[in-house]
Amino acid sequence: MNIGNLFNALPGACAQGLIWGIMAIGVYITYKILDLADLTVDGTMCTGGAVCVMMLLNGHSVPVALACAFGAGMLAGLVTGIFHTAMGIPAILSGILTQLGLYSINLHIMGNKANQAISVDKYPLIVSLRNIKGVPFYKNTIFIVIIFIVIIVGLLYWFFGTEIGCSIRATGSNPNMSRAQGINTDMSKIIGLMLSNGIVALSSGLYAQYQGFADVNMGRGAIVIGLAAVIIGQVLFGKFVHNFAGKLIAVALGAIVYYLVLQVVLWLGLNSNDLKLLSALVVAVFLAIPYVKTKYFSRVSKKGGADRA
Amino acid sequence: MLKLIGIKKTFNPGTVNEKQALCGVDLVLKEGDFVTVIGGNGAGKSTTLNAIAGVWPVDEGEIIIDGVNVTRLPEYRRAKYLGRVFQDPMTGTAASMQIEENLALASRRGLRRTLKSGINAAERERYRDRLKILDLGLEDRLTAKVGLLSGGQRQALTLLMATLKKPKLLLLDEHTAALDPKTAAKVLEATDKIIAGDNLTAIMITHNMKDAIAHGNRLIMMHEGRIIYDVSGEEKKNLKVSDLLQKFEQASGGEFANDRMMLA
Repeated sequence: MNIGNLFNALPGACAQGLIWGIMAIGVYITYKILDLADLTVDGTMCTGGAVCVMMLLNGHSVPVALACAFGAGMLAGLVTGIFHTAMGIPAILSGILTQLGLYSINLHIMGNKANQAISVDKYPLIVSLRNIKGVPFYKNTIFIVIIFIVIIVGLLYWFFGTEIGCSIRATGSNPNMSRAQGINTDMSKIIGLMLSNGIVALSSGLYAQYQGFADVNMGRGAIVIGLAAVIIGQVLFGKFVHNFAGKLIAVALGAIVYYLVLQVVLWLGLNSNDLKLLSALVVAVFLAIPYVKTKYFSRVSKKGGADRA
Repeated sequence: MLKLIGIKKTFNPGTVNEKQALCGVDLVLKEGDFVTVIGGNGAGKSTTLNAIAGVWPVDEGEIIIDGVNVTRLPEYRRAKYLGRVFQDPMTGTAASMQIEENLALASRRGLRRTLKSGINAAERERYRDRLKILDLGLEDRLTAKVGLLSGGQRQALTLLMATLKKPKLLLLDEHTAALDPKTAAKVLEATDKIIAGDNLTAIMITHNMKDAIAHGNRLIMMHEGRIIYDVSGEEKKNLKVSDLLQKFEQASGGEFANDRMMLA
């Protein structure tokens, strides 16, 4: 256990965490704003990468490839949204159905292969695990992904302050009230799901470039990582941020913390096959904390009384 | 203003839980009518309001609001014509949003929502003025989250939201039932003030017979999915609680003693 190995691995963990931070911001939109657990992202976390890599291999530029990845993610979100609203399937099941269907679609996108590689030497990729150390800062993956996050947070901050954005937030907060105020809650959910999956697919497009390939299994368990980032961000930084943009940045920081911790436990000698088990347990514990707190550790308080009126 | 023609609704048809909630409700409201509705549990009072609001489609009948047949419109499209306040103070507001954001949502009821800013400075001033009507100090807490307010404050805010954009019809579903008597009286007072001030057409369900008599210009009593008594004008003003009790016992055959309707 050489501490030098750990320090060498940290910038990579940071870059990976930032890319997954974008993904977690997508999860935040459905999980926190719309109050839906959307499992579609396990599929879109591959779709975006698959679309991006195939577009690049066919000679398109990186911006076009990323835009198409975003669009593909939105389509996946639209399908889940239609399953959920027009067809009345519970949100979790809708996401699972889309995710399963996407497995086949992702294979088709990648020309019926489970894996498509793309080399940073032959293609002008904007992020790569090779561009972390020893490159000018403006080519550094960490810097570029931070720019992406700043732009995405800025756009979302604007969007959720608009009339449409406010009605999506209202839908997540109280659907009955929203309908009584003339908001088409089905439409709100569909827009939210599309936006969320678009952002996840964009993150996937960046991730495929970063690791130099798209793989049909790259999205497996993505929702758990996304939730971990959302929850860790909330627990660690929630006290310091009060506005919406701050909350989104906390989510991105949560993803970085997640990857740094992962790097440390790997360095401590954890078998990498056990990582997913560890992730699942960590998220389960963090999800349980608020419930356990109120159920077992709440202070006994008197009911009624003037101070509570 | 409102016309209900032969509204019928059966819940859980074809099952052991089948319940005919509305058995042909006919009702015509003139502009400016303020109707109070009383009746026992399961009489169809809330069901009638939900039918008007479009929470679910009715089985039979027509619902016409201000000349527009809304029978087949979904709930969110009918919201254009309706202001609603619910029995549960949690139902009418978005807890995780600010007071001013809730009001801004309400002020856009029935309008197309666009990518324009969800709230602007001129609106804030207007909301501040409106909140003063309630006399609860909310005008100084525009950016507070609604979840921090008490039930009474939330209910008062819901009332304001329902009337911020003048509705063709205001639906009040026992909106003071969950509040303590003092707060209930305050919310009821604000209700009267707003309905009179804006000359609104309103339907108010209540379990309190005194309130039903004291408020509004017309009173209807429902029983087992039908309107069994409809009184207005001078006759209504001269009503006493004992008259209503008698009326109710006639209709229900004395089962009244078990009901939770308040005598006070």
